Amino acid sequence: MIIDTARFVTAERPFWEELANLLEQLRNDPERHLSFEQVQRLHYLYERCSADLSRVGTFSGEPHLRQSLEALVAQAYAQIHETRAPLRVQWKSVLLAFPRAFRRHLAAFRLAVAATVVGAVFGGFAIRQDPQAKAVLMPFPALLVSPAERVRQEESAKTDRLQGRKASFSADLMTHNVRVTMVALAAGISWGAGTLILLFYNGVLLGAVVADYVAGGQAAFLAGWLLPHGSIEIPAILIGGQAGFVLASALIGWGGRETRADRFRAVSHDLFALAGGAAAMLVWAGAIESFVSQYHEPVLPYGLKIGFGVCELLALAAFLWLAGRE
Amino acid sequence: MKNSALLVETPEGVTFSYDLATPVVRGFAWLVDALVLAAISYIVTQISALLRALSPDLAAGVGTASFFVLSIAYGIFCEWRWRGQTIGKRLFGLRVIDSHGLRLRFSQVVLRNLMRFFDGLPLLYLVGAASSLLSRNLQRLGDLVANTVVVRERRWEEPDIERIAPAKYNSLLGWPHLAARLRNAAEPEAVAMAVRAVTQRDRYAPVARVELFQMLAEHFRAAAAFPPEAIEGMSDEEYVRSVLRVIYRAN
Repeated sequence: MIIDTARFVTAERPFWEELANLLEQLRNDPERHLSFEQVQRLHYLYERCSADLSRVGTFSGEPHLRQSLEALVAQAYAQIHETRAPLRVQWKSVLLAFPRAFRRHLAAFRLAVAATVVGAVFGGFAIRQDPQAKAVLMPFPALLVSPAERVRQEESAKTDRLQGRKASFSADLMTHNVRVTMVALAAGISWGAGTLILLFYNGVLLGAVVADYVAGGQAAFLAGWLLPHGSIEIPAILIGGQAGFVLASALIGWGGRETRADRFRAVSHDLFALAGGAAAMLVWAGAIESFVSQYHEPVLPYGLKIGFGVCELLALAAFLWLAGRE
Repeated sequence: MKNSALLVETPEGVTFSYDLATPVVRGFAWLVDALVLAAISYIVTQISALLRALSPDLAAGVGTASFFVLSIAYGIFCEWRWRGQTIGKRLFGLRVIDSHGLRLRFSQVVLRNLMRFFDGLPLLYLVGAASSLLSRNLQRLGDLVANTVVVRERRWEEPDIERIAPAKYNSLLGWPHLAARLRNAAEPEAVAMAVRAVTQRDRYAPVARVELFQMLAEHFRAAAAFPPEAIEGMSDEEYVRSVLRVIYRAN
């Protein structure tokens, strides 16, 4: 059989135009719902144009016609094999997707905790062995003075040093921490090495600060300062790291027979849930750090701040552990 | 080895292709998006400045948070709402699609945009650009993770037969069995080259044009040998035009 191109185009053009018009309407109005008859017609037109494309590809030497039909069939194919439901936000499902994803990938979370703990031990050990390393390990001016001196300054302060810049300080903290957490997630694509380094470095900072203040006899101040925001912020960064390791695991694909694309597809919803959950936690932590953590005794008793931080941590643990269990 | 097109085979056994967007074109689209984002940020800054009367601190905080949220949400919102296109991609005729030719899911859109935190390192998307250059389907890391590719959009265009092969007397059609053999033997690539040569003939230098039509005519003569009386007095260019009329029209 040899296609008579002109006759073929004349006969089939009405169907192509009908399909092109229908697709154009759907493109202009993505949320439009078709009736059952329209869906049947769309499917018929798609199959007819697919058959036309096959005939053109096999029997005709006409490249322009083939390209045009390819474009039409490609658009119809995406439309017919649509897998997404209209985006209706069901808050309960969105909220529960986060703890469920967290529990599905507990091994990755444990690895994130381990990397941070190893970093913290190293940081603590380094600062105890070499106090001069403080300037390198803690690149924040406020931390470079001795813990006792800082506590004296904070507790004797007569004015609010964040007066007039609490909101902007809070916004800076939120954006910085969300950025760090998203980098921890995205760095999983480096076979997990980037995530591991980032978590280790965070652990070094944390360990050095804790060791410095505990050794300086300021454990209560430290707990009162860190716990209100840290009980949410640190787990959020760990969850970012967890997501990074989930990504790395999908990239490496130990022992599985699925393709890399299938492995990424399988974890994409969980990565999305973990990233969203961690970002929401960091918004809360940023506000608490600015409005609560920076106020010390006598303005806010340490017992109250520590109690608040512990309650937050327990509530978070309960949510991650229990929410959405079948 | 890099692909220049993404081939998709449907369950019905039909194969179609998408032209993959190159990193350079994607870079231009990103530049446009960066300018759009800068303009939106400027507007948001002006609006948040109105809060200064209430509280300068609040205005600064809202400005910082808005810029950050906008820089992430811009790509997610546009690519979800416009099915894989931002303003820059629209301008350059690019579209993000699922690597199996399907439409995008929301999680794919979010993931490929979150991966910009890594693709954007250390600056100006160097990691992303390096990844696209090394990837078979020109994917940056975000595309690899989200299973997406960026393609050049092809719109449906009705074939313009009159322009390519205007209706004129064609002596080759006097030998229908040879015309049929020619239609059957002509490869799409050679026909595409002939179409380009005919439609863009005035762009070639005279000598190059003669050589090009000579080569094409020799190629088509080898596919089907018409008797001398059918092609008597016919130049190479006229012969190629007649061949196209045979391929595009039966009468």
